[in-house]
Amino acid sequence: MAQPSVELLYWEGCPSHPEALAQLREAMEELGLDGDAIEVRHVGTDERAEAEGFVGSPTIRVDGVDVQDPGDEPTALTCRIYHRRDGRISPLPDPADVRDALHNAITIRSRT
Amino acid sequence: MSTAVGTEAPTFSLPDTDGVEHSAGDAPATLVVFTCNHCPYALAWHDRILAVARDHPDVKVLAISSNDAARYPADSYEKMRERVQVDGGWPMPYLYDETQDVARAYGARTTPDCFLIDAEGRVVYRGAPDADHEDPSQNGAWLRDAIDAVLNGETPANAETTPVGCSIKWKDG
Repeated sequence: MAQPSVELLYWEGCPSHPEALAQLREAMEELGLDGDAIEVRHVGTDERAEAEGFVGSPTIRVDGVDVQDPGDEPTALTCRIYHRRDGRISPLPDPADVRDALHNAITIRSRT
Repeated sequence: MSTAVGTEAPTFSLPDTDGVEHSAGDAPATLVVFTCNHCPYALAWHDRILAVARDHPDVKVLAISSNDAARYPADSYEKMRERVQVDGGWPMPYLYDETQDVARAYGARTTPDCFLIDAEGRVVYRGAPDADHEDPSQNGAWLRDAIDAVLNGETPANAETTPVGCSIKWKDG
């Protein structure tokens, strides 16, 4: 199976990234992907946030696509607000959104 | 430096979103909650804190935003006012700590970070609203237990928990 590129960008001022990494790794392994292949990067300055298009911690991208569209959120060193599928606000993306992003990337790669 | 459980709570006077000044005290208990507009932890717990305020009209509940609004515009005084208006009002005042002096005096670390103060002005609980920001059924249980204890003249069994949330955004940080 073709392994998509998976990135987790975080800012240390927000405590959610360890749990985000664990959930991401679990989702990857459920889909038969290598959970140790995640590229984890710290974003520590406003300049870096702007360069990375970083709208908050954690940000997860699969083949360059954010697991939840950030819309027009400004870049910032902050905790990211996620909206769960049941409407709750959370510091973490909905696990179903993460799985869907991984699954879509696998599907696209399998066609090319 | 942090305001420890059992010590005297710092005094303050801060304006709410209508410009009215509020202080802790003159109530059987005062709950001070450092919070903000932009933090997902604060937002996830927000409805539970509102529910605590509604369920305890005898307790003075004060929400305080202390974040640096220059770097985090979503936490500006104007945005605070907008939020309360959009919500149709809150059952507690939303206070603006522009100088961050109150957050520093309390040693607030996160949003949310909760301090329950008894009628004598001592801090009797400090920490998170409950055990899980992801689980609405927790219903602010740690705050409710502490409030019930104080109103019954008792010491909260669980007087200190670890505050969980976004870091306070200090102006010099």
